[in-house]
Amino acid sequence: MPNNKTSETSHSASPLVRFEAVQKTFDGENLVVKDLNLTINQGEFVTLLGPSGSGKTTCLMMLAGFEVPTNGDIYLGTQRLNSVPPHKRNFGMVFQNYALFPHMTVEENIRYPLKTRKMPVAEADRKVAEILDMIKLGEFARRRPTQLSGGQQQRVALARALVFEPQLILMDEPLGALDKQLREHMQLEIKQLHEQLGLTVVFVTHDQSEALTMSDRVAVFDDGIIQQIDTPSNLYEYPANAFVAQFIGENNTLPGRIESVEGRQCRVNFGEGLNTGALIGPNLRAGDATRLSIRPERIKLNGASRQLPNRLQARVREFIYLGDHLRVRCEVAGNDDFVARVPVDDFTSSMQSGDVVELGWRDEDVRALDAS
Amino acid sequence: MTTTIAASESPPRPAGTLKAQLRRAERLRKWKAFGLVAPLALFLIVVFVMPIGSMLWRSVDNSELESVMPLTTAGLQRWDGTGLPDESTMAAFAEELRDSRQGGGLGRIGRRLNYEDTQYRSLLMRTLRGLPASIDADDNWTATLIEIDEAWGETATWLGIQRAAPPTTDRYLLASVDLERGESGQIQRISEGDRLYQTVFQRTMVIAGGVTLICLALGFPLAYLLATLPAKTSNLLMIFVLLPFWTSLLVRTAAWIILLQSNGLVNQSLIATGVIDSPLQLVFNRIGVFFAMVHILLPFMVLPLYSVMKGISPSYQRAAVSLGAHPFAAFWQVYVPQTVSGIAAGTILVFIMALGYYITPALVGGPADQMVSYYVAYYTNSTNNWGMAAALGSILLVVTLMLYLVYHRLVNRKQLIRS
Repeated sequence: MPNNKTSETSHSASPLVRFEAVQKTFDGENLVVKDLNLTINQGEFVTLLGPSGSGKTTCLMMLAGFEVPTNGDIYLGTQRLNSVPPHKRNFGMVFQNYALFPHMTVEENIRYPLKTRKMPVAEADRKVAEILDMIKLGEFARRRPTQLSGGQQQRVALARALVFEPQLILMDEPLGALDKQLREHMQLEIKQLHEQLGLTVVFVTHDQSEALTMSDRVAVFDDGIIQQIDTPSNLYEYPANAFVAQFIGENNTLPGRIESVEGRQCRVNFGEGLNTGALIGPNLRAGDATRLSIRPERIKLNGASRQLPNRLQARVREFIYLGDHLRVRCEVAGNDDFVARVPVDDFTSSMQSGDVVELGWRDEDVRALDAS
Repeated sequence: MTTTIAASESPPRPAGTLKAQLRRAERLRKWKAFGLVAPLALFLIVVFVMPIGSMLWRSVDNSELESVMPLTTAGLQRWDGTGLPDESTMAAFAEELRDSRQGGGLGRIGRRLNYEDTQYRSLLMRTLRGLPASIDADDNWTATLIEIDEAWGETATWLGIQRAAPPTTDRYLLASVDLERGESGQIQRISEGDRLYQTVFQRTMVIAGGVTLICLALGFPLAYLLATLPAKTSNLLMIFVLLPFWTSLLVRTAAWIILLQSNGLVNQSLIATGVIDSPLQLVFNRIGVFFAMVHILLPFMVLPLYSVMKGISPSYQRAAVSLGAHPFAAFWQVYVPQTVSGIAAGTILVFIMALGYYITPALVGGPADQMVSYYVAYYTNSTNNWGMAAALGSILLVVTLMLYLVYHRLVNRKQLIRS
């Protein structure tokens, strides 16, 4: 089994991989990765999250050795990785479409990394049997990958990347090809493996819920820069800028101007006679333009809003019934797409679209972020 | 917030009608499909199946004598081969020989009998001239014939005709592999000086196989390059691959003669650069044949390889490298096996096309580079010996099919199971 570390040691802070001022350009004009500084600790599950073209996959490929950094260095422990060819890096990699070799059986696929390492046959047999057992595909050993379902192929790809006990597992959108239910199931399975085996994982995805579900830390990429790297809860609750707030989870934004600042608190004017308290984001001062970010589930409606310091009236545009909750789309300060997520209990059937409702929220549920 | 959907239940139907409906719907579809392929099927039957069938038949067809002299052949079949045939056979022979002048029958049996012995045609002509004008029922035809030519009194003469009489024969097929029937009907090799076709078949296989291997060696890297380059560049290069198709085969072959001849471009450049002192013999020999045939057949190797390689994701090789394989090993163990179907298609296509090459070796090859097709053309065009032409063709067809089956087995074992 890959290093039998317990989960206690998996969060120890000994750095395994370091990116230092890494830049990458393909055409000599545009930097795909602008200035990457990233440390990945031993036993950590780090996700690189971002829209397509944000540079996250390029980072992974540089780590895997398939792309060479234009500038900067990548270290594994104390070893500089830049000049190590990919086949000597000893990283397990899971590809987007699994890249299982179609001319080999499941068993031959999993044995391949052991064969390249010239492991004695008896030992390789044992390891392959063990890992087949772990992914519960023992009976499929003689099948070809194309005869397996997507989820099974995914497991084989995982087994192939794990069987040689690499010090680092790289995953490039490995769940992209699966349907929603299977994807959520595999997320948990990968997460469990990570904890059981104490793996260090670098995971690339563009699916924010996947990133939040699985990761110890998430690096949000945009435009070749890490916009924020933090734990999932911090990313959601304390986004560093408007991009992160918008990219992670659902978000309402309102443009405004900061009137006064008091420690972490500030007051923001966002329209004629409309004021709210907010937590101030980084690099903002009184007088700056800002964008307010409010999560839909933090907005209270009518009766529930009565005790809250920030209240306003809004016209309902639409009710959307979703079973466990109700989405109320209203118009607030000219924003036609302001969504509140309220429990079904708060809904009375006398409400109709076009009605005026009272909305309210607490100061600490609002972030004043950069205006760009 | 909830809506009730009124579900309407259809009345139960007997199971039989549903099946019948399905059959009816399917039948219509089948007829449509059949209607769409019918013109092509008809075309194939008329221009492909029938000619090949008739060619195969011609290689064993021996009906000349039987069609011109039905009574004589019937009589000779009864004859035990000792002494002379009986009087009724002689009479039938004389009568049918005289009638054979109409409708070109005489020419056909003359040609056919000459394959047995070159004396027969003139013997028949002499006999025909000597035959009496009127037929008398009481005439002794045995005596009359011997009177006209003594040869009719020899058993061997009649044995020759008997050998040529059956409606089918294996003599063409045997001759195509340098075999013949001996005096007592046993199969034996023909005398050493006359042997030709075993060498020709061997040569055909060697040239076709050599051309295929050279095409594979040149085509594989080219197809790989085309498949891995960005689309813009590879499209441009693809035009160059297809460029030869824009000119006629004859023109391209003639161009090679001009390029490769003693004072041609290639030799002159080599002499000018001091690589050689005297011109190399590059054309009208095996080298010229290989040059021209590889040039013409290369696209047929590149295209199937390219189409297969285009479908192989580069992530396979990356995966192999990430699993610790050296890039060369990754290419050899992971990429090449996935191109097997392309290699199979390309090699079989080139090999089979090369087997049938006629014009190119005829123009740029020497006498020792002529392939089977040359002899097929020779027999059809020059000597009108359709039996030999068909037999050579049939043997080539059978050998090709056998090679294909062996090859198919080998490749299929390695073939990937594609979803």
